Amino acid sequence: MIYLRLFLEFFKTGLLAVGGGLATLPFLRELAAKTGWFTQKDIIHMIAVSESTPGPIGVNMSTYTGFTVKGILGGLTSTFGLVLPSVIVCICVAAVLQKFKENKTVENAFNGLRPASMALITAAGISVICGCLVFPNEIINGNFAAAFNVKGIIFAAILLFLFKKYKKHPVIYIALSAVMGLIIGF
Amino acid sequence: MKKLFELFWTFAKMGAVCFGGGYAMLPLLERELVTKRGWTTQEELLDYYAIGQCTPGVIAVNVSTFIGYKRCGIVGAVAATTGMVFFPVIIIMIIAGLLRNFAENVYVQRALSGIAVCVCVLIADAVSKLWSKSIKNKFGIIVFAVVLLLSLFTDISSGFFVLGAGLLGILFFGREGSEK
Repeated sequence: MIYLRLFLEFFKTGLLAVGGGLATLPFLRELAAKTGWFTQKDIIHMIAVSESTPGPIGVNMSTYTGFTVKGILGGLTSTFGLVLPSVIVCICVAAVLQKFKENKTVENAFNGLRPASMALITAAGISVICGCLVFPNEIINGNFAAAFNVKGIIFAAILLFLFKKYKKHPVIYIALSAVMGLIIGF
Repeated sequence: MKKLFELFWTFAKMGAVCFGGGYAMLPLLERELVTKRGWTTQEELLDYYAIGQCTPGVIAVNVSTFIGYKRCGIVGAVAATTGMVFFPVIIIMIIAGLLRNFAENVYVQRALSGIAVCVCVLIADAVSKLWSKSIKNKFGIIVFAVVLLLSLFTDISSGFFVLGAGLLGILFFGREGSEK
């Protein structure tokens, strides 16, 4: 029963991959080596597709893998498997939290959690910027000319200005950026 | 039923435009759920992200489950999560089935290069907005700085940072509370 196997493998991935989409990567590598359903090279392609389409990367990866192995049903099965453990765990956590919301200890814990959460989001932001606008490796190599995506930085500044001034829905800026990317390329 | 569909559709719309993973979704969530609909607050959103880090699975899914549960209980959690993955699943299947060279296509890459710049800006804006909500004292600044440096320069799993920071919060503020 390949569907059951797909479901179980991705259930395991969803249960054990803590910390976001790319945390599923080692599990996929292992899965490829173990089952031969897809190759390590396929994984690289899957990452490229997952990052170039909307949606959580982990979800995209599991849909892609499942579909490659066993078509539409395969894609649905593995995605369901991936998502199910998070949904169950989060429902339990949410239920417990709702009960203990007023609890002093829980409140104290959150006072520590929020700055940490903020730091992780900032770190994610910095790593996105470092892959797109600034390239620290080039700075280390002393190659300053290649270290900055000048066109990109100028466009980012314009976007930030528009975003602050007009406060439109982020989608509008995403669409605008896609068009600008098509025309100019960053 | 209408409330459930609203949950599903709100998350489906966000899932359809969320490029670059869970963190890049934060500005969308902030806009859609806090500013526009008032379903949650900025503090709560940060809490969900914190918990999403140390619970298993994809962060975007975890956050959808939390917000869905808060709105409509277990069915709400399922509706929001289904919404979140709805378009991505369809899009990936189309690409996997038909557009084998999608990621290598030069036009796709150009459009994405623009979107990547936008994601930088959106995340930077979300960070600046959430800063004052999350960091209110010296303790907060220290935790922020330590976690930021460690997560940038080491491979320690982010779940540990969150758990550690939570424990520190209990120890630090617990003692402060008893002294007062």
